[in-house]
Amino acid sequence: MRAWRRHGRGERARYVAVLDPPEASVLRGLVGQVDDMLSGRADASPSDELSALTGIRTGPSTPPDDPVLARLLPDFHRADPDPGHDADGGGEGPALSAALRSVREPELIEAKRDAIASLLASLPTGGGRVELTAPQAEAWLTAINDVRLALGTALEVSEDMPEQLPPDDPRTDHLPVYHWLTWLQDSLVTVLVR
Amino acid sequence: MRVHVGRGGSPVTRLSAPAEPATAVEELPDELVDADTPWQTIVWNDPVNLMSYVTWVFQKLFGYDKAKATALMMDVHHKGRATVSSGSREKVEGDVAKLHAAGLWATMQRSS
Repeated sequence: MRAWRRHGRGERARYVAVLDPPEASVLRGLVGQVDDMLSGRADASPSDELSALTGIRTGPSTPPDDPVLARLLPDFHRADPDPGHDADGGGEGPALSAALRSVREPELIEAKRDAIASLLASLPTGGGRVELTAPQAEAWLTAINDVRLALGTALEVSEDMPEQLPPDDPRTDHLPVYHWLTWLQDSLVTVLVR
Repeated sequence: MRVHVGRGGSPVTRLSAPAEPATAVEELPDELVDADTPWQTIVWNDPVNLMSYVTWVFQKLFGYDKAKATALMMDVHHKGRATVSSGSREKVEGDVAKLHAAGLWATMQRSS
């Protein structure tokens, strides 16, 4: 595919690209995998009579064991690596993270799955022309970013990782997909802000 | 964050390669840290999020202009962290939730 282009201006602007069949297939597959992980996490959440009664959902209070899911669903507090910065010193951080995760995680999963659903609804099966409104383009950015976070975590992408890995590195085959997603996202955000 | 080289070899900005001059903003924008507001939203550097995307998220979520959003992004990139908003606990909690929805690594803490 070529880079995204914008047609029109203002509310009538449309963001257009043509995806080859293999590109559409890879994107659909990866986005679907992230969706499966998120729905699996949501299904594992505790459900009790009180939340059924009140309609207030509660999620788990502990982060996912899986590093990919943990990156997609981060804690609300982090012990500051720089001691001079730690203004939370009283040790309330872990309790804060647990409480806020329980309250916030269900809606976070829902927001991510909504973005994924929007991408999948506007991506033709088998590839072809994609034409997005601005809200759809924003959903694509979010969903592609989540796939990159998932893949980047799984492949242990680091800041100093070279563009190409040695042939014997088990990650070598997967890296081009990651780079393509990076290009896809960067190209879309570039045309969106122009 | 990463800077990446796009297809065809043209440089594409991604948060993390050392391509940018280190002359970018060295101080936290003071106006974001109000002494009366006890909580701060911190965004941490990570190796995946793109410079272009992070800048766009700051503009979109907080209404910052391009210059301010870029300065904050560069702080995250060079210093490993930036305080991107501050206020009541409820406000900051909401800001962190929105940043998580966008895929940024954000946390909240009390102001020093």
